[in-house]
Amino acid sequence: MAKKTICLYFEVHQPVRLRKYQFFDIGKKHDYYDDFENRVSTQNMANSCYLPANRILLKLLKEYSTRFKVAFSIPGISLELFQKYAPEVIKSFQELAKTGCVEFVVQSYSHSLSEFIDEVEFKQQLVRNATLIKELFGQTPKTFRSTAMIYSDHIGELVAKMGYTTVLTEGAKQILGWKSPNFVYANAINPKLKLLLRNVDLCDDITLRFGNRAWDQWPLTSDKYAQWLATSVKDSDVVNLFFNYKVFGAYHKADTGIFAFWEHFPKAILSHPDIEFLTPTEATKKHLSVAPLNVPFPISWADEERDVTAWLGNEMQEEAFEDLYKVRDLVTQIDDPDLNQDFTYLQESDNLYYMCTKLFSTYGASKHHTPYSSPYEAFINYMNIVSDFLDRVDRKKEEVSSKKVAPKTVKAKATPKAVKAKTEPKAVKAKADTKAVKAKAASKVVKGR
Amino acid sequence: MKVLMFGWEFPPHIAGGLGTACLGLTKGLSRQNVEVLFVMPKASGDEDQSAVKIIDASNVEADFHALEYENYLRNIQFLGIDSNLVPYLDPESFEYEVNEYLKGRNLKSTISYKNKYNFSGKYGVNLMEEVARYALVAASIARDQSFDVIHAHDWLTYAAGIAAKRVSGKPLVIHVHATEYDRSGENINQAVYDMERMGMMAADCVVTVSNLTRNIVISRYGISPQKVVTVHNAVDFQSYTDLNIEKSVREKVVTFLGRITFQKGPEYFIEAAAKVLKYCPNTRFVMAGNGDLMNRSIRRVAQLKIASRFHFTGFLRGQDVQKMFAHSDIYVMPSVSEPFGISPLEAMRSGVPTIISKQSGVAEVLQHAIKINFWDIDELANSIYGLLTYPAMAKVAGKYGLEEVNTLKWDNAAVKLKKIYKEVKNVEM
Repeated sequence: MAKKTICLYFEVHQPVRLRKYQFFDIGKKHDYYDDFENRVSTQNMANSCYLPANRILLKLLKEYSTRFKVAFSIPGISLELFQKYAPEVIKSFQELAKTGCVEFVVQSYSHSLSEFIDEVEFKQQLVRNATLIKELFGQTPKTFRSTAMIYSDHIGELVAKMGYTTVLTEGAKQILGWKSPNFVYANAINPKLKLLLRNVDLCDDITLRFGNRAWDQWPLTSDKYAQWLATSVKDSDVVNLFFNYKVFGAYHKADTGIFAFWEHFPKAILSHPDIEFLTPTEATKKHLSVAPLNVPFPISWADEERDVTAWLGNEMQEEAFEDLYKVRDLVTQIDDPDLNQDFTYLQESDNLYYMCTKLFSTYGASKHHTPYSSPYEAFINYMNIVSDFLDRVDRKKEEVSSKKVAPKTVKAKATPKAVKAKTEPKAVKAKADTKAVKAKAASKVVKGR
Repeated sequence: MKVLMFGWEFPPHIAGGLGTACLGLTKGLSRQNVEVLFVMPKASGDEDQSAVKIIDASNVEADFHALEYENYLRNIQFLGIDSNLVPYLDPESFEYEVNEYLKGRNLKSTISYKNKYNFSGKYGVNLMEEVARYALVAASIARDQSFDVIHAHDWLTYAAGIAAKRVSGKPLVIHVHATEYDRSGENINQAVYDMERMGMMAADCVVTVSNLTRNIVISRYGISPQKVVTVHNAVDFQSYTDLNIEKSVREKVVTFLGRITFQKGPEYFIEAAAKVLKYCPNTRFVMAGNGDLMNRSIRRVAQLKIASRFHFTGFLRGQDVQKMFAHSDIYVMPSVSEPFGISPLEAMRSGVPTIISKQSGVAEVLQHAIKINFWDIDELANSIYGLLTYPAMAKVAGKYGLEEVNTLKWDNAAVKLKKIYKEVKNVEM
């Protein structure tokens, strides 16, 4: 009988915070980011979570060689933050990559929700992130996961067309019903695309309950947890453990024993001889999909609802979302490095999450970490910035078009060149963007405003 | 359970703040089957010194539903005491009124808050004396009536509450709607402060209208935190009729409505208006109300050269208040210190997006109001700009705000109060 599989995946996401931007800054100031906060929280998170966690994983990966495997997704904007403020984090991920037992999963470069508004941009975002992963970690991703594990039949179809073979998403109850998340499923439209579904209960045991001393299962040891996993996977194929990487040292501080828990985790699991670790791609190759899974409406791993209403649930969020993407075509057409950069950063979905009104009762609680005191404040701040951004796009457009016209009369010779230079990047847009990313990654500079 | 309550006003003469709160509370309590013996000062102006007079319930006008009307009156008995006590009165203004009266200047009425009070000046010659006389009458009521708990609203009735407690031996609950620090800033009147503190010390439980006030009671009056409990005010929109008013101006209207006094922070509104007008010239700002800072405010508006876009309406009364809300696109309450603050709720009831200061008690119960620090003019201007410029925000704030105020019920406050009554009663036994 084939071995049972544990599929371990971590989401790494370091958000780009916006600064306090008031309406009288519109048209005057174009620096949108809270550099201090971004530096401090990136470095804090590096020291309390990414670096120590990576150290442990590296030790384990070396110790168990091919018997222990993990997967990561890291959005491009977070990688840029690491490059700028904590380059040692990149290095430590590179060391993990070198072991050959780490799979990097693709996601949108901006940690965006572009799949819901602009499919061209969405694809572009995946290409950019995949390129950066290839650049830094030497792998071409085969597996996709969206921001907050969002997934629907349609999104699955999109990424299948792009050549991805596996998608990680949520084992949402409204989708599964009586079915178990511990099997490989297939996309309802394109059955070649395989789905791995998060085992919610087993993940929550760590994410939500690990440090809770009032929990009747406290303290949770690796051995006990391995026993639960073994029981869970007994009559099925694969248990998918998808975590935010912050469970290491941030959700649960070092003094809860979380690091020791992970240190002994592989040993505890591998003591069950019929269980093995696989990366997502290996898991979907090994296990056949048992059924197509219908997901007509998008699901996610957020809230009780497990849907996307935390980001796109009220009129403010919709307006903010639509206003930004209105200029997407213009921005690519103009192809100005500053505008491209801001367009990339402003797509960050956290900005929409801060405007969520449905979780008001828990707003500001540690679980929903937000720099704003209310969704209204978050909305005003974001919209002020977007207003300025749209204004800049407009002005740049005029500038570009007047440049195009002006030389015609003055310097007839220069015109064809200028036009050529403008049209060239449009024709091979994807390539140009990739180049830009490469250049950026190479220079290791996020933005020197 | 029967409560002897020293309150203010009764229908149909309900005015603002204190009267509305007393009415709402008693209505809520009657629905919780708590009987209330409601005692209030009644400045009838005649010479009848018989002290206690039972008001005939059939004379009481009311505009709520018949069923509730009966229920309400079955549980509540009104007692009127002839007195000049008026809510929000301080010793200085009391003395002024008395002097004016004695000089025979025929000043028969005074305006306090939104209502008109008859003032005869024939009882005590100064406020403290009047408070003491009122307490004396209260004691005689307490001797004659049977009840389980005494409940006194605002400092003018604290002495009455204490007297009633001494005579009857029943537990006393005092209800702090405002403290001397809210009314006067740091320049407090010591006599008033002493009276307030005496009431708080004598009380078995001190009820405050917000945590903000609770903190003042604990830190400024040195009252043990265990016996200070917050019961947030609510709002009763049952008798509220929606006005169908067409806006007369095309521009967006931003409104300040309240007394133009230090406490309400009018200057922050003016400074923010000037900032916003630089970017949104097609906006009108309205300051509705009256007060000692009115002239200074007008001068400042002229100085900033925004007078063509900034309007003063003077004192608004009754339906005009609601009309003002109907004309408004944004309501702003930048209060420096506000124990609770009911008017943002009225604005939100009219579907108007509301900006309130974090220094107001009402900020504790509202989530769909935009909250700012009163001194942060930039943030205030930024919030006004946001509401003016991004339509989705006004839409969301208006919609959810309306939903939210409709959930603030006096019944919830009454349930809490009933629990408090039970607790103090049990401790006493």
